[in-house]
Amino acid sequence: MKPLIIYNVFIRDFRKQKKRITLTLVALAWGTISIMLLLGFGEGLQQQLSINQKGLGEGIVILWGGQTSIPYKGLGKGRRIAFTPEDIDFLKERVPELKNVGGEFSHWGTNIKYKDKVLSEMVAGITPNFKQMRNHIPQMGGRMIDEWDMKLKRRVVFLGDKIKQKLFGDEDPIGKQIFVNSIPFTVIGVMIPKMQMSSYHNMDENITSIPLTTFQAIFGRLYLDDIIYQPYSLKHMKALKKRVIETFAAKYKFDPQDDRAISVWDYVESTRETNNVLMGIQLFLGIIGALTLLIAGVGVANIMYVSIKERTREIGIKMAMGARRAYILWEFLIEALIITFLGGGGGMAISYILTEGFKRIPIQSEVLNFMGRPTISLDIGITVIIILGFMGILAGLFPAMKAASVSPVESLRYE
Amino acid sequence: MIDLKHIVKAYRTGKVDFQALKGIDLQVKKGEYIAIVGPSGSGKSTLMNIIGCLDIPSGGEYLLDEQPVNTFSSNQLADIRNKKISFVFQAFNLLPYATAYENVEVPLLFAGMKGRKRKNRIMEVLAQVGLANKIGNKPTEMSGGEMQRVAIARALANEPEIILADEPTGNLDSKSGTEIVDIFDDLWKAGKTVIMITHDLFLAQKTERIVKLKDGLIENNGNLA
Repeated sequence: MKPLIIYNVFIRDFRKQKKRITLTLVALAWGTISIMLLLGFGEGLQQQLSINQKGLGEGIVILWGGQTSIPYKGLGKGRRIAFTPEDIDFLKERVPELKNVGGEFSHWGTNIKYKDKVLSEMVAGITPNFKQMRNHIPQMGGRMIDEWDMKLKRRVVFLGDKIKQKLFGDEDPIGKQIFVNSIPFTVIGVMIPKMQMSSYHNMDENITSIPLTTFQAIFGRLYLDDIIYQPYSLKHMKALKKRVIETFAAKYKFDPQDDRAISVWDYVESTRETNNVLMGIQLFLGIIGALTLLIAGVGVANIMYVSIKERTREIGIKMAMGARRAYILWEFLIEALIITFLGGGGGMAISYILTEGFKRIPIQSEVLNFMGRPTISLDIGITVIIILGFMGILAGLFPAMKAASVSPVESLRYE
Repeated sequence: MIDLKHIVKAYRTGKVDFQALKGIDLQVKKGEYIAIVGPSGSGKSTLMNIIGCLDIPSGGEYLLDEQPVNTFSSNQLADIRNKKISFVFQAFNLLPYATAYENVEVPLLFAGMKGRKRKNRIMEVLAQVGLANKIGNKPTEMSGGEMQRVAIARALANEPEIILADEPTGNLDSKSGTEIVDIFDDLWKAGKTVIMITHDLFLAQKTERIVKLKDGLIENNGNLA
């Protein structure tokens, strides 16, 4: 049917059922806003948590030495397994699939002093590749620990942003001297503030980091607290983990099946599990929203049934003029879709305005930093359009089929 | 052209069966001008609906150009109503929200006629019925006679061979009624087959043949004395 005729019919119907159609449009808009805001909340949460998860690092696995629990090749159980700094290069050579391997010492309750400010905080001795693995990104004007710092065992320090605030306030610390256990160190950089969802000893913002070699020289420690590795590819993580353990098992002579000998935190796996939970939450929110929208669809079906009843005679006239049943069906189906997309379109526009407006409000809040703000992505828009289309078809199809099945003779008699 | 053999039509109203047609045998040749007359309830409209493929007989055989209509699909029947047979009703049955132009356009849209050709045809048939200056008027802006002329123009749009008119002057004053009758006369003279239901004996006698129905059967098939 000519689009103009369909439009004219729709306008005529609207005038005759103004209140009913308006209420249905409002219900559709409301249902659309509900589903879009719910999905938008889920999307914002997922995006923010994804950023927050990177606070600890990306694609990393953390290893700690433990204690054997299985006798192995003549050696008894209960032997302590501890990593040395040489294990870093050892692992890198033996497992070429690893892009980065780094190590860490940590010492709690270290005195850190600047002018008259004295703190008792954690100091970590780290390798330069913590920049890539643990996202120790320096603020503008500073730098992270590098290979020369390691080679020359320089007394340089990279501050967590909260430590910097406590010691220096708003003063620029780069190039300034602080004392770590009464030993002078030069500040070379400050970490950019980051959201960190998890940690294994302390939040990075509270850590004072120095070169691993410098730490060993000052504190005289032999064994690392942990080794961290980052593979080139995140595929086959399980197989890679097995190889790493077997590599150390061969060196330190423990049973590779002994899961107490080395403790492993596969952060990739943890991230994946968190993402699955987030997807589940988003799916749940989407279902709730879709159910709300579906109720509005009932309103559309109601409108269509009333419209068809009032236009029974008109259907008969068209059939007498030679309209096939399919034409009648399509005419009413298209009307249902027009109503659905008018209401839905209004709802989408309002949702977009609300979320964009909310993003622009300058609220600083821990909750928002953790959970993010509602975000309407293209995927959400497409999903909602598909749901609206499906619902419009469903709401319009049964009334349209009823219209197409009327007897032309009976409908011509209808008053 | 039209060959009805022992056509029966029964309706069920609640628990009661009612036979509107009890065995109609009727042949209509191409180009004939026929009036169907009879008292109320004699089955005139039912017969018209069956001839026009709006309804299906309960029994008997209907051959249209020697093709059995009961073997046609609903789409084929719709196409017959679109191109071969057309209707003019007593109550005009125009689409109330559409203009004269748009009302005439409806069967052409169903026939799939495209743009300029469709427009030209609409103007042609509206001119034929003397309404070329009323194309933008809606039914509420026209007289009874004008509405019936639009209905006739709509019926002529796809150049059907057969025109079925159910009391076409029933809702009109005598002057408008005469004008409409004249139009049907012209259509018959132009070669159309015209079958008209009417209570008006004067109108019936203008046709070639009068078929009188009573109680669902043909009582008389020829000129009334």
